[in-house]
Amino acid sequence: MALANMGLDHIGQARSLYSHAAAIEGAGHDEDAFAFLRDERAYRNVLLVEQPNGDFACTILRQFLYAAFAEPYWRAMMGSRDAILAAIAAKAEKEMAYHVRHSAEWVIRLGDGTAESRARIVAAIEALWPYTGELFEADEADQAVIEEGIGLDPLTLQHAWRDVVARVFAQATLPMPADGHMRKGGRRGHHSEHLGHMLAQMQYLQRAMPGASW
Amino acid sequence: MGAGATAGHVETLEVQAWRIAGDVADPEIPVLTIADLGVLRDVRVDGDGDGVEVDITPTYSGCPAMAMIAIEIEVALAKAGFAKVRVNTVLAPAWTTDWMSEQGRRKLTEYGIAPPQKGRGRRALFGIETVACPRCGSADTAEIAAFGSTSCKSLWRCNGCREPFDSFKCH
Repeated sequence: MALANMGLDHIGQARSLYSHAAAIEGAGHDEDAFAFLRDERAYRNVLLVEQPNGDFACTILRQFLYAAFAEPYWRAMMGSRDAILAAIAAKAEKEMAYHVRHSAEWVIRLGDGTAESRARIVAAIEALWPYTGELFEADEADQAVIEEGIGLDPLTLQHAWRDVVARVFAQATLPMPADGHMRKGGRRGHHSEHLGHMLAQMQYLQRAMPGASW
Repeated sequence: MGAGATAGHVETLEVQAWRIAGDVADPEIPVLTIADLGVLRDVRVDGDGDGVEVDITPTYSGCPAMAMIAIEIEVALAKAGFAKVRVNTVLAPAWTTDWMSEQGRRKLTEYGIAPPQKGRGRRALFGIETVACPRCGSADTAEIAAFGSTSCKSLWRCNGCREPFDSFKCH
């Protein structure tokens, strides 16, 4: 139930962002064109968010690591010079605060729980930590919007993110992992194999029956 | 007809359009109207008096009730004789549970859902929240699940009367 609700928040945020992107592009596209008609390489998401659900520890840790980034990100974006982005941010920020809280509580339960739950969350941290470095990277497109006061440099969020993660891991009696090799590429359209499978499932209907609607 | 009379006429229609749009029920919590919820933000009637523009704002970004609410507003206003109805979704300022009317809070409690507490818009990380049972009023309650049957609710249990209940999340 929680994961479905969290998914709903993300879908709502994505719809608002895609609709805004379509309006800026001005080519007659709508949110669905971005969601259903782009190929894998056109997606610019970080690799972290396309990692498979795995077990519950993996799923909840992925949500936690992302939400701990997204909450301060959207809070800062409330000051964007783009009024619509600022409005989307004001809604998303509250939703992400709730996600942080919920997922953090689970990380703590799992880490400070049984030997089994601890082993699972430790394995999840080992698997997902290498995907966290990409959250703080900015490319040329980011630089352009940062300069115009529309976007923000994600690097400025790294301390806040680490603080929350360290605090939650400490409560969970989990050691803070060392930053080793970080896997990157999503922001340039180079994805892990998981995204293609997800898109195949998500996009099937619109690809098979273009323009189909309820 | 003088300009003053025209203005008065339009104002009357606007009040009527506000009432009709405001009376549309939330499809997920039908005991509340969108006016009670604070989802209805603005209603404007054009100079001819047959066109209405309505602004609504979502409670949560992904609230699936928005499309349904928009259709119900269109139908209700069309029935009342407004020929052209346009419903816009506005995001700013962001909806907060503080916009819920006192009447809305009372109706929610009577319906068995704990209303959001005013000024509690933000739950701190690990902050403790107390919610009074909407059935027996006991403050001895516990959260069962942070996410409930809809985006806007969490699931609680009363240790006094032992009944489970929904609580409208502070937002």
